Amino acid sequence: MTWSQKTDERAQAIIARYPDPRSATMPLLYLAMHEDGHLTEDGMREVAARVGLTPAQVQSVASFYTMYKRDRTGRYLVSVCTSISCMLLGADDVLAAVSEETGVADGDTDEDGLFSVEHAECIGACGGAPAVQVNYELVEGVTPEQGKALCAWLREARPEVVLGDEMQELFGGQRSFEWGPSETAGAVGPFPAFEPYGTAKEGR
Amino acid sequence: MTDRILTTRMDAHPADSNVLARYEATGGYAALRTALASKTPEEIAAEVKASNIRGRGGANFPAGVKWGFLPPETRPRYLVVNGDESEPGTFKDRQLLERDPHQLVEGIALSAYALDVRQAFVYIRGEYPRPARRLQRAIDEAYEAGYLGTGILGSGFDLDITVHLGGGAYICGEETALLNSLEGRRGEPRIKPPFPAVEGLYAKPTIVNNVETLSNVPFMINQGGAAYDAIGPEGARGTRLFSLSGHVRNPGNKEIVMGMTWRDLIYGLGGGIPEDRAIKAWIPGGASAPWLLPEHLDEPVTIDDVGRLKTMLGSGAVVVMDETTCVVKAAHRIVRFFAHESCGQCTPCREGGSWLERMLARIESGDGRMMDLDLLLDVSDNISPGLTWPPKMTTICPLGPSATAPVTSIMWHFRNEVEAHITGGGCPL
Ligand SMILES: Cc1cc2nc3c(=O)[nH]c(=O)nc-3n(C[C@H](O)[C@H](O)[C@H](O)COP(=O)(O)O)c2cc1C
Ligand code: SF4
Ligand code: FES
Repeated sequence: MTWSQKTDERAQAIIARYPDPRSATMPLLYLAMHEDGHLTEDGMREVAARVGLTPAQVQSVASFYTMYKRDRTGRYLVSVCTSISCMLLGADDVLAAVSEETGVADGDTDEDGLFSVEHAECIGACGGAPAVQVNYELVEGVTPEQGKALCAWLREARPEVVLGDEMQELFGGQRSFEWGPSETAGAVGPFPAFEPYGTAKEGR
Repeated sequence: MTDRILTTRMDAHPADSNVLARYEATGGYAALRTALASKTPEEIAAEVKASNIRGRGGANFPAGVKWGFLPPETRPRYLVVNGDESEPGTFKDRQLLERDPHQLVEGIALSAYALDVRQAFVYIRGEYPRPARRLQRAIDEAYEAGYLGTGILGSGFDLDITVHLGGGAYICGEETALLNSLEGRRGEPRIKPPFPAVEGLYAKPTIVNNVETLSNVPFMINQGGAAYDAIGPEGARGTRLFSLSGHVRNPGNKEIVMGMTWRDLIYGLGGGIPEDRAIKAWIPGGASAPWLLPEHLDEPVTIDDVGRLKTMLGSGAVVVMDETTCVVKAAHRIVRFFAHESCGQCTPCREGGSWLERMLARIESGDGRMMDLDLLLDVSDNISPGLTWPPKMTTICPLGPSATAPVTSIMWHFRNEVEAHITGGGCPL
């Protein structure tokens, strides 16, 4: 499958921001994930053709970074931080609760492609430990019970757009700091929601 | 005396400190106007140099000195802002990006003007989409209002800022790994020299500075570098954001003037330990830093005083551990991080890190052997010969030695507790 004209135009606009097309490799890898739900061989070929690399070179770059998911990944990627500050405040129990509720072990994806679960290293929310991200949208101060409730809600409500503020209101607790005005844009898949990459969507 | 610079706007205007109208209404972009209308680039650079600010990304290097390393003739030059913030315990740049992004944009514009840069990049870790969106919106507003783009505010100065999302690799916070990543390569650190100021992005002279470092620049131009230099003790000028987490009642980012004691920070601003439990140890500057102990509570929080105690303020991340903490588990968790984040180029880091991780895992689970105790220090010594502070390096970058910090911390200060895991077949707590 080749990229639509819209995606191609977005790719060209990104490439134009850099001194060399090669610099657009990482952003374009997110475009590729957005196209296919995870990073496919086809996606890497599309990126390679645009940034002047071989598909093998693109694969070598992609494989260095944990966020370029080359395996089938769930619609909701639940990342539970288990680094030091979150661990001190009970993150291991949050991870266990999330795995129990979703039936998905750390590092796995379920049959239906609804959930992937992973433990994450520090996600910069240590003041609101334990912290969880869904498709990289953050929820702070999550207890094991709230972690379960969050996953049950994702399964039932199936939000098209994952919104950090909404999840925080429903399932969050202690925050690292006041977040300021709420965000109306959120994530539509297991990749970061960022307007210039076309990966964010207005949710409310 | 000024005791806060970076967080005043967001505290006074929580509902809209991130938008242009609020920024302008509270003095924003005045420094850029003044600079472009009536100051030379050299005059702006001189203010930053006079401030004596030391970089807030972890290495504490004086910003003005680094700026002075640029070769005078070569163009283009690039400015790269380090927003990779992945050192466990650190969440200060996230707050600056989300809550006062224009302060950073103005800091970048002033710095770019001073350095004769036309293209700046902000590298933000991929797990920070919300901070990236907030910054991007501020950049869009700034273009719209004529603070970025071509002929800024009617002057001859042009500047483009591009936000670049990372891919989830801690090592990309190291400046040369970051530059490789920004060139579309694997994020592997480069051998230095050459330093980025001489050969950086696409081998062009490049200044890399942290988000917090550059967020201070508008103040330095508005009030003067000397005003900044008047804040705080020598060698630790200005205010600084500390990320406080772990076992404290009031976690969060605390903007302070350095020189207060650890007790003031942890028990004063941090509110002490929940349920008044006793403090066991704390990490003074991110997971890479050797731990401090209760006997250090009355030591001053400055870059050099902490260095004297053979550890560092690093990224300003303070992680408090109370008496209920299993030090083996804590050290294991930190070593796991470094083992996972090793880029794999250097054998001592790649192999040593995972050796340490496996040994700590087996001690934690009660399967350790007495010989593991010396082996832990032995492997650490192979990564960083002599286990000195600052660490001796056998590796391309300091990530390798970082993995030894938690190991020496528990072996030198909590050896009995480590041993008890072995003799008792598990955690004694
Ligand atoms: C392993 C490693 C990780 C680092 N991570 C970061 C980081 O996340 N953010 C940052 O600003 N600096 C980080 N640094 C420091 C940078 O290499 C560099 O010194 C800094 O960005 C320069 O900016 P400053 O002088 O304004 O602090 C890291 C260094 C190392 C060795
Ligand atoms: S010390 Fe570790 S992270 Fe740094 S360059 Fe060597 S292998 Fe890579
Ligand atoms: S340790 Fe979990 S967010 Fe930092």
